[in-house]
Amino acid sequence: MTANPTRRSAPTPTRGSPPRAAELPSPAIEVRDLRKSFGQQTILAGLDLTVRRGEILALLGPNGAGKTTTINILSTLLRPDAGSARVAGFDTVADAEQVKRRISLTGQSAAVDEVLTGTENLVLLGRLSGLSARTARIRSAALLERFDLGRAGAKRVATYSGGMRRRLDLAMSFVVTPEVLFLDEPTTGLDTRSRRDLWDVIRSLADAGTTVFLTTQYLEEADQLADRIAVLNDGHVVASGTATQLKTQVGGDTVELHDRHGSLLRELPTDGSVSDLRRALDLLDESGAEGVVSLRRPTLDDVFFALTTKETR
Amino acid sequence: MTTLPATPLSPAIRPRVGGMVAESVFARRSLRHSLRDGESLLMAIMLPVLLMLVFTFVFGGAIAPGGGYVDYVVPGIILTCAGFGASSTAVYVAQDMSTGIIDRIRTMPVRAGAVLTGHVVASLLRNLVATGLVIAVALVLGFRPSAGPVGWLGAVGMIALWILAITYLFAAIGLASGSPEAATAYGFILLFLPYLSSAFVPVSTMPHWLQWVSRNQPVTPIIETIRGNLMGTPIGAAAWWAIGWCLLILVASVGWGAWLFRRRAGRR
Repeated sequence: MTANPTRRSAPTPTRGSPPRAAELPSPAIEVRDLRKSFGQQTILAGLDLTVRRGEILALLGPNGAGKTTTINILSTLLRPDAGSARVAGFDTVADAEQVKRRISLTGQSAAVDEVLTGTENLVLLGRLSGLSARTARIRSAALLERFDLGRAGAKRVATYSGGMRRRLDLAMSFVVTPEVLFLDEPTTGLDTRSRRDLWDVIRSLADAGTTVFLTTQYLEEADQLADRIAVLNDGHVVASGTATQLKTQVGGDTVELHDRHGSLLRELPTDGSVSDLRRALDLLDESGAEGVVSLRRPTLDDVFFALTTKETR
Repeated sequence: MTTLPATPLSPAIRPRVGGMVAESVFARRSLRHSLRDGESLLMAIMLPVLLMLVFTFVFGGAIAPGGGYVDYVVPGIILTCAGFGASSTAVYVAQDMSTGIIDRIRTMPVRAGAVLTGHVVASLLRNLVATGLVIAVALVLGFRPSAGPVGWLGAVGMIALWILAITYLFAAIGLASGSPEAATAYGFILLFLPYLSSAFVPVSTMPHWLQWVSRNQPVTPIIETIRGNLMGTPIGAAAWWAIGWCLLILVASVGWGAWLFRRRAGRR
């Protein structure tokens, strides 16, 4: 990965010495107090976020939380009203050109040309990315292979399935491998199988050094794919951390007592230790109920609902 | 899990694309679109042929009983066909704006406006081919222009300038309309202009109020310029009016289009 030599906001430690290139690579994404409104409607109300290099970060939030707006600002499509966003070490407004050289965006609507073939789409993007015609062709053949589209390269995209389109869309983002990849709801509308395939691809891309910033409404996606999750609600991040950290935040495990028909009779929080479980079971015994006992770990659903309903209430 | 052949996947910095690379890439893309759009292609070939046949054999006898109408009507049919051909630019542009393609381009170090330039170049080439087709059919039907090389150059130059101007206008219409369907509807109005000009009948045969409209709209001086160049009829000040109209439409459309493009592309 290329360390960034022109990090402008690097603090000067001693007076007189020239600003030194950052010894540690700057974060892939650094967002400070980002604000954006459309007319009367406030979309982002002071967003703060840092994404380390090589990390997969999932921005999770309900519809209308500001996920796409965030991606649009970070990918230089939109200007923020206030605050700052740095991507790959460059300001998205002042140094938009430098940011554009280091990012790729795969948006919600597939940005593929249906009339062209898969190969033609990739070559087109390759030429626009500054590759020679020959290099663009070689690269597109390799990418088709890599994204499991080898045989479909000569076919028009109009004949592709939903999953194939997404894979081509993603392949197009890798004509020149970006330092930061933005994925706006990458698996919306895909079947389970295609979704899992796409997760594998995204993981391997991150392993190769690309930072992945994705938005999703799917908790499972965030849980399975992301190194870290940021929960967005009402225009700012209400919680962030690994899936495990977030789950711990809403509370520990729960012992649940169900009747024979499966409906919940009682639930008791527990720390998961043997003694605490025994105590919980005793308590259930006292209530004299007959039924089935189970231990439930908190899911990301619990986290999500706890965090997002609190805010809107 | 998909297999992992050795593709260099480590991040790299995208070079900036120089010169007119983006424009030529998009022009080639738009030409591919034109060639693969079966219905439009069929229309582009059939329209010149059918219009020539209809105007020469069906209307021609009534309008000019002595014959020779074909010599009069060729410029009008060229402009009518070019109008139809250019109007598909509105649809192509509207289609591009409704997909994520423009957004992707805008996140790359590329002039996003090159997409529009590509459509315009393709339209220009498409319609010059259609013009050639009209002339070829006309020659078969007895069209006998008196033009020398200079006359031909003048006529083709005038036609190309008009195609360029209305293509940019249609591109702007494509940007202004929300969907490809709407783009088709708005564009339709413009296609009537040749009928209200000296393209098919002399202006003097029209009702008084219509004569005023006809004389003061862009198509009449353009028709007179093309006709003068091809057939040797007097041109007079028509050439200046024609060039003036084209430049006015061109400048206004490019300005309007650029403004719309910034606005439309900036919001989702």
